[in-house]
Amino acid sequence: MEKTVNQKAWLLVLPVLVLVAFSAVIPLMTVVNYSVQDTFGNNKFFWAGLEWFDEMLHSERMWNALGRQLLFSAIILAIEVPLGILVALSMPKRGFWASVCLVLMALPLLIPWNVVGTIWQIFGRVDIGLLGYTLENLGIPYNYTQHLFAAWATVIVMDVWHWTSLVALLAYAGLQSIPDAYYQAAKIDQASRWSVFRYIELPKMQGVLMIAILLRFMDSFMIYTEPFVVTGGGPGNSTTFLSIDLVKMALGQFDLGPAAAFSIMYFLVILLICWVFYTVMTNLEKRDGVS
Amino acid sequence: MAKITLDNLAHSYLPNPKGEEDFALKELNHEWTDGEAYALLGSSGCGKTTLLNIISGLLKPSQGRVLFDDRDVTSAPTAERNIAQVFQFPVVYDTMSVRQNLAFPLKNRGADAAYVAERVQTVARMIDMEAELDRKARGLTADAKQKISLGRGMVREDVNALLFDEPLTVIDPHMKWELRTQLKSLHRQFGHTMIYVTHDQTEALTFADKVVVMFDGRVVQIGTPEELFETPEHTFVGYFIGSPGMNIIPARIEGNRAHVNGSLIQLARAYGKLDGEVVIGVRPEYAKLSDKDGLPVRIRRVEDVGRHKIVRAEFFGNDINIIAKEGEAIGSEMTRVTFDPARVNVYANDWRVTGEAA
Repeated sequence: MEKTVNQKAWLLVLPVLVLVAFSAVIPLMTVVNYSVQDTFGNNKFFWAGLEWFDEMLHSERMWNALGRQLLFSAIILAIEVPLGILVALSMPKRGFWASVCLVLMALPLLIPWNVVGTIWQIFGRVDIGLLGYTLENLGIPYNYTQHLFAAWATVIVMDVWHWTSLVALLAYAGLQSIPDAYYQAAKIDQASRWSVFRYIELPKMQGVLMIAILLRFMDSFMIYTEPFVVTGGGPGNSTTFLSIDLVKMALGQFDLGPAAAFSIMYFLVILLICWVFYTVMTNLEKRDGVS
Repeated sequence: MAKITLDNLAHSYLPNPKGEEDFALKELNHEWTDGEAYALLGSSGCGKTTLLNIISGLLKPSQGRVLFDDRDVTSAPTAERNIAQVFQFPVVYDTMSVRQNLAFPLKNRGADAAYVAERVQTVARMIDMEAELDRKARGLTADAKQKISLGRGMVREDVNALLFDEPLTVIDPHMKWELRTQLKSLHRQFGHTMIYVTHDQTEALTFADKVVVMFDGRVVQIGTPEELFETPEHTFVGYFIGSPGMNIIPARIEGNRAHVNGSLIQLARAYGKLDGEVVIGVRPEYAKLSDKDGLPVRIRRVEDVGRHKIVRAEFFGNDINIIAKEGEAIGSEMTRVTFDPARVNVYANDWRVTGEAA
């Protein structure tokens, strides 16, 4: 059969194109517009070329923020992924308690970011917060407004509290999809608990864990609200992550050009890391053959 | 190797079973003789898998005991029972190679490397996968995976029993024969007690010394293939075994005569007064078309299956099947059917009544 060739198909994708244009492309182009020009207000723009990009690439402040950001993402992934798996493994598989656990696990995910920030901001305060007050009275120096370590610990624990559920729920879904026969066969083969995890559960969770890691990476790399509410980026600049710095630059200092240039680089970095990650993971799957 | 005894065994998946109908496996006493090959035959959902899982220890029975050579293992974990079991759907360890998969049960029991290597080779030859030993198990086809599952079941030599839960469902027909032959020769070679669950009668009859037929959570007959064919103890056995199954015709019995709709069928044995629903059962092989003897029958359809013909017919409002020889001409004058009196069984409430020699 011969296929009819005509241009009508474009009409069918037009609504989507328009929608994407308004929701993504046009706003992004605004940023691009700012990034190559300089403005002094009154809607007067002067061509700046790649100057802002050059400036940002040599800005120590930005490199430091990027370093802190990478460290933060690495730490929370290192904690949340194993912890999430552990939680998923210990959740009941079926029955009444399975539903209860699911609801409890989903609760932190339903709380708005700034509320989470506020909860931990108060919880950690040394004068009235349950956590801060207790630690301080136990003789452990803890004050997230003054100590670098306390600030980082608070921000990390808060993120773990907020987002481990997501990893756990995804891992749990992966575990639920394993047929009983696998566990039965493992029993017959006298496999140890570790072997069951290593050879049955982990391979079957691979797909969902990939999604979990990807989601958590992207989200943690763009984190803004919670640390902003708790530490405001302090003490000093110690918890000033990329987004916080970006907002400071764009809205605090009104340096729109550099901020726009930086936004674009920020976006490209996330895209690059996700692409590398995704390619590596899918290649691993291909190498093993797809079942 | 061991003799396996089931003592008053029953199982229900409900926490508080009330009546008999709540039990997936109804009370059962049975001894699996050491070294015999059994087939457990029955339609889906009749409790075959439940029984198997109780023997292997994957399931704890609600009542009764399981004994291995007179040792009570009812609450012993699977590992302690040293049993091999193969499941209906392939279970392979995706990230391992075929070789590692086959070696896994031996490695977990701490067998030494040389022995493991030798056993893996032997088993790989049996399942015809020597060439694929170093491949990852993940990318293999379903029947290759199932062969690996079978191989893992056969790799240990010292098991108490080998249990197969419909292991050939996903396997290609020509490979089925070969694997079944391998299983039989394995049985002859090592003399393991084997229990083979299936709903395929050919598989059951060719594999086993003794066939255990289950129906609705109950064992209805245990016997050799011949016994199951000639004297089905339960109408289900008659209907389930044979192709097509036994003809079942409601009848009224008086001594050595059966009345069907007022017509008379002679029986070889005499029966006393029978209670409940009474039927006679006669296999299609023992029914014969005729042009003058016997009772009227209306032929609906003739199916030629190659080695014989199956005649689908109506007999006083009942559907019956008659097997005719391949060369036999079936003309319009063949309007009557006769039954071999010695082969007509009588059933009251689905169970066979023996009767007395007339």
